[in-house]
Amino acid sequence: MRVVPFIIASAVTVALITTLNTRLTIGGTKAPAFGNFLSPQHGFWQNAEPANTDFSANLNFPSLNGKVEVYFDDRLVPHIFAEQENDAYFVQGYLHAKFRLWQMELQTFAAGGRISEILGEKGLDHDREFRRLGMVYAAEIALKESEKDPVLKAECDAYTAGVNAWINSLTESSLPIEYKLIGYKPEPWTNLKSMLFLKYMSYDLSARDEDFEMTNAKSFFNADDFSKLFPLIQDSLDPIIPKGTAFAAQKVFPVPPPKADSVYFNNHDLAIAESFKPDRDNGSNNWAVSGTKTKSGSPILCNDPHLGLNLPSLWYEIQISTPAFNAYGVSFPGAPGVIIGFNDSCAFGVTNGGRDVRDYYEIKFKDDSRSEYLFNGRYHATKFRIDTIKIKGKADYIDSVAYVQLGNNWCPVMFDKSYSGGRNTNNKYYAVRWKAHDSSEELKYFNLINRAKNYNDYNAAAVYFHTPGQNCVFACKNGDIAIRTQGEWPAKWKGQGDFVMPGTDSSYLWQGMIPQDEVPYQYNPERGFVSSANQKPVDDVTYPYYLGRNYPEYRGITINRRLHAMTGITPQDMMALQTDNFDIGAAMAKPFIVANIKEADLNATEKKYYDIFKNWNCRNDVGTQGATIFEVLWNNFDTVVYADEYAKAPKLIMHPFFSTLLEEVLKDTAYKFLDDITTPQKETLADDITKAFKKAAVELQEIDGAGNLDWEKYKATRINHLAKLAPFSRLNLPIGGGNRNINATKTDHGPSWRMVISLTPQTEAYGVYPGGQSGNPGSKYYDNFVDEWVAGKYYTLWMMTANDKNDKRIIAKMNFSK
Amino acid sequence: MKFLVSIILTALLSFALCLFMPWWSIAIAAFAVAALIPQKPGKSFVTGFIALFLLWGGLSFWISNNNHHLLAHKVSQLILKMDNPMLLVLATAIIGALVAGLAALAGSYVRK
Repeated sequence: MRVVPFIIASAVTVALITTLNTRLTIGGTKAPAFGNFLSPQHGFWQNAEPANTDFSANLNFPSLNGKVEVYFDDRLVPHIFAEQENDAYFVQGYLHAKFRLWQMELQTFAAGGRISEILGEKGLDHDREFRRLGMVYAAEIALKESEKDPVLKAECDAYTAGVNAWINSLTESSLPIEYKLIGYKPEPWTNLKSMLFLKYMSYDLSARDEDFEMTNAKSFFNADDFSKLFPLIQDSLDPIIPKGTAFAAQKVFPVPPPKADSVYFNNHDLAIAESFKPDRDNGSNNWAVSGTKTKSGSPILCNDPHLGLNLPSLWYEIQISTPAFNAYGVSFPGAPGVIIGFNDSCAFGVTNGGRDVRDYYEIKFKDDSRSEYLFNGRYHATKFRIDTIKIKGKADYIDSVAYVQLGNNWCPVMFDKSYSGGRNTNNKYYAVRWKAHDSSEELKYFNLINRAKNYNDYNAAAVYFHTPGQNCVFACKNGDIAIRTQGEWPAKWKGQGDFVMPGTDSSYLWQGMIPQDEVPYQYNPERGFVSSANQKPVDDVTYPYYLGRNYPEYRGITINRRLHAMTGITPQDMMALQTDNFDIGAAMAKPFIVANIKEADLNATEKKYYDIFKNWNCRNDVGTQGATIFEVLWNNFDTVVYADEYAKAPKLIMHPFFSTLLEEVLKDTAYKFLDDITTPQKETLADDITKAFKKAAVELQEIDGAGNLDWEKYKATRINHLAKLAPFSRLNLPIGGGNRNINATKTDHGPSWRMVISLTPQTEAYGVYPGGQSGNPGSKYYDNFVDEWVAGKYYTLWMMTANDKNDKRIIAKMNFSK
Repeated sequence: MKFLVSIILTALLSFALCLFMPWWSIAIAAFAVAALIPQKPGKSFVTGFIALFLLWGGLSFWISNNNHHLLAHKVSQLILKMDNPMLLVLATAIIGALVAGLAALAGSYVRK
């Protein structure tokens, strides 16, 4: 043996292997450990799914009670036929995990404040924020409530067992590629994780408020200006439940606190704000038209939920057929059941209710130990929740959050001296009262709606939906259509919770919930349709409870106008409506812009853009340049009008909505804020519009120079991979639409599932989502629906029956048994 | 003859070990073959290098081809910052080849 060369060669070999086994930092980012990652038998090559993969399999699991057959169609949609209902949930869990495990786990890590475990220290602020909001606390309460119900408990247990059956079958090489890239492994699924996922949806849909921004705005502006900048209602509002509808007699009478004017409304303390926010435009459209308006004489139901656009998609298409029910639609990887879809009798969908169900209370502690807080004149003992946040590559972070009892509810003191969300808290303490902390069982709604046969079943299901409150739409083969502005909503006095409230006194607490029989609804209305698009649910004048502000109204106006006018409707008409790009806000604004602009003051370049704008048809279609010009112009108009008043405002403050500026100017061409308060002369609408257009033209020239003047290029819609890896994302998609269009496709947000269901005797169903059934970037099923979605096309949704087992659409079959 | 047999044995043993063991078991395979079938150190290195160049290059190309290079297009942009599936196959082959070549070199010194 040649000792010295042997030792040298061995050492070099070991050193090379060690290097290739380490996650190196290259260019500031951690690269995967290349040895394992590139190994064709272990690493990412194993995720390169053969184009002709056969997904067929025979699988045995002792926890199953009967046989389950799964038929995959040519879009990889599974059609599950189970002898026992809970076995269907087991298989649903198994398939969710098989195709979407990484996303499922990541979403629950995000929900539970555990991102630091994967990403290291840069996830810490996110994790503290989510834990301090009480996400885990909320999920624990929901789990307790759901497990009290033996039906839901069995459903969740079966689902979890199915997910874990897949996780247990994983080997190093069969891990999803993201685990290999980031370098970690999945952990077992639990029922709590399903609850965390559902709370994440609650966060996304019901945790948006502007309480701090509004508090600062109230403190900065005088009362008159404030009411002009932040009106409670828009003149053009067409509510979900039409004006003039009679409501059930009021049973809860919230009373404003005696000193609310001085202590609350006219308190001018500045507050802080949060650092994370769900998108303001998380919303959706849904509507159902009765047979009187359709060509077939049967109702048609449509729904398109607008959410963040991501790959893998939030949705997973599925058919579940059991002896008790047969439902088809989209499901959430992470939870059992069909969320939006149809069964053999009816169709069901949701849009977000969007009411303010999260309020803040300023808490007075006896001292910095936070161990006692003042409430109703005496000190009470705090409960502490100690959170240990694990951080990859670092020591654990221990966070202690104080919980104070406000009325019957223990609420986390989210912001304190140790956590301000990165902003100046003025050393104050703020507790958060969030409806999602209350016990409820939303899964029960899905369980019941999946098997609903008629209007009564739908009503019985809907009342389980508490948070996030949803406008639940329904249509049935017997001809019924209905909508409920469903949720368990706090009954508020006027202005309650618009701003941060004093937390030392029970008079500021929510005094009760609006009873379920007072939830506004419509059942077979004379106008022949029901609809919702996140606008204010009812007319403030007649509805007894306070609803706040900040509801997008424009999509609702367009939808209702169009549905009013339409007759002899076909599913194809509904698809055209769902993908419509008309901007009614622009159509309302354009006439006064054209009427007031000082055209003579524009130079040749400005004139060029102005002419395009003048000839624009107010549609955000692909190839239109007017939409880009209007967008840039309006942003500048907003700045010209308000920047002077806001010049000295705190950084974190509420800005008026598009609708406010538009409607104030339409109402009053001498709108107070048009004047620039920094100049001696008095500016007019004409001055402001002209100035805004000149400023816009400078920006437009740059946009034009870069070749991005066409609306779809300017907007640049993209579907990001959840870890924001560009090669796994779809960028610069040529699609129209926008904020105020029915087709609400924005840059990274939009219709996450489009569905049209015609409830003819033989159901006609269409749908599409911007993604694909597989979460694996190495699968041809990863993003194969995207181009159809971009083109505004739909797939026929196939409700398979037991007689179709030899249909040529079937590409694979899985058998599950004991 | 020894040369060819060593290459084939190294490749086969690497493939078999990797079915059950981590990726670096290719080093064990190359080392063992070089120790059992004596060749000059330089030749042993080349043996291990070629064996894994062919095995990893061949496997990754075969997998990628069946995948219509869908994933390799994406991962090459992620790792190599350029869209080039074949370069990714080459990188895979060279990394395997280097590790096996060095391990074979070490193995060859056991005998002499």
